[in-house]
Amino acid sequence: MISILRSLWLVFRHLFTRRVTVEYPEEMPYLAPRYRGRIVLTRDPDGDERCVACNLCAVACPPDCISLQKMEDADGRWRPEFFRINFSRCIMCGLCEDACPTYAIQLTPDFEMCEYDRQNMVYEKEDLLINGPGKYHEYSFYRHAGKTVSGKAKGEAAGEAKPVNVKSLNL
Amino acid sequence: MNTGHADIAMTLLNIFGVLTTAVLLTALLTWGERRLLGFWQDRPGPNRVGPFGLMQVVADMIKLFFKEDFIPRFADAPVFLLAPTIVMATTLLAFVVVPFSPAVGVIDMHIGLLFFLAMSALAVYSVVLGAYASGNKYALLGGLRAAAQTVSYEVFMGLSLMGVVMLAGSFDLRSIVMAQENGWFLLPQMLGCAIFLVAGIAESHRLPLDLPEAEHELTAGFHTEYSGMKFGLFFVGEYLSILLISALVTTLFLGGWLGPWLPPLVWFALKTFALVCLFILLRAALPRPRYDQLMAFGWKVMLPLALLNLVVTGSVLIWRG
Repeated sequence: MISILRSLWLVFRHLFTRRVTVEYPEEMPYLAPRYRGRIVLTRDPDGDERCVACNLCAVACPPDCISLQKMEDADGRWRPEFFRINFSRCIMCGLCEDACPTYAIQLTPDFEMCEYDRQNMVYEKEDLLINGPGKYHEYSFYRHAGKTVSGKAKGEAAGEAKPVNVKSLNL
Repeated sequence: MNTGHADIAMTLLNIFGVLTTAVLLTALLTWGERRLLGFWQDRPGPNRVGPFGLMQVVADMIKLFFKEDFIPRFADAPVFLLAPTIVMATTLLAFVVVPFSPAVGVIDMHIGLLFFLAMSALAVYSVVLGAYASGNKYALLGGLRAAAQTVSYEVFMGLSLMGVVMLAGSFDLRSIVMAQENGWFLLPQMLGCAIFLVAGIAESHRLPLDLPEAEHELTAGFHTEYSGMKFGLFFVGEYLSILLISALVTTLFLGGWLGPWLPPLVWFALKTFALVCLFILLRAALPRPRYDQLMAFGWKVMLPLALLNLVVTGSVLIWRG
């Protein structure tokens, strides 16, 4: 009897507590900068695609929603021939972002991506690429990697020593 | 001749006024309940359609009217169609005897209280017939529960009111209100009021005593097979009986329209509104008891208490002379 009256009173008091509902379309909820939403492909500071088509994101992806094909262009850089994310499968887990060795694939605080047609949930490379470097402003993979591309020979990368001619060594 | 016409006009005005107000308030109550439940659960409730979500009522009505009017193949069609109308009819009929204010009220019957008890007892036919005609096992179980619950709770619902009748010396609701001019019956009949309220919740199948519906056990209980406006009628009937029970508690225990300063009708409305809010609060706060607990509670606790209330009230009245 007492417990019934007590629960009545406790519930009644909630008339005067703040409601927790956020009326979403009018009132946008705060999303943390590292919120895991829509996936983008970023570019390095020079404006080139960061993605080197290593396939690690596709391997890490639990629902297998990423598919891509590697190609090598004239100046020796690797890039994806196509890069496709099926957002109707994507679970926004962020494992692709963790797996990416070049910071190319990143998740953004945007979740408003409803479509009337399921096929429109499949994003191609043009849809995924953005014009900026995303969360990492300075990083460029090819400036650090030892791979030779046009405009950067062996030993010219940041922190890389000049190559050693093994035949010149006096043993 | 002229006065005769005026009388008829007044009566018709009263009848249609009460009818329209009752049905309109019921419609509003569907919105009010959801809104209040929302506030008590820290959310806004329906607030999208119209100002404060008031048009939700209209939207719901349009939806219910345009739904397919479906009668299952295995249902007993005539009874299936008849059942939802009974609850509406009996509950609206019971409103006839409620005295809303000195001027408003359809008729004054010498047996007003008995008439109300008879009508609320008839309302169970709606549930039982609807459940039986559905040809569905869950509906049948709900109907069985409704029958048992109503029979059990009807007994002490009547008994709990006899204290009031003894104090007022009349079954006429208007005289009962007049008898409370020197103090509401809530004080001398506190026990009777509590018992009547519990019985009223059971009669109107409201949470926490909505065992005939019991969504988590019986799908939707007696109205499992009902859809569209037939389902709507059951619902309107339920809300009408909330209003009716609240209006009656107001009349019998809270002094009806009596009160200082404000006009009588406002006092009546305020008291009824507070009781309706209590009904909704009960729904928001309390879980549903098990079926055997409900029956045991009815027969082993409420019935003896109602009898005790009757005996004590009678003794006091005789002792006073």
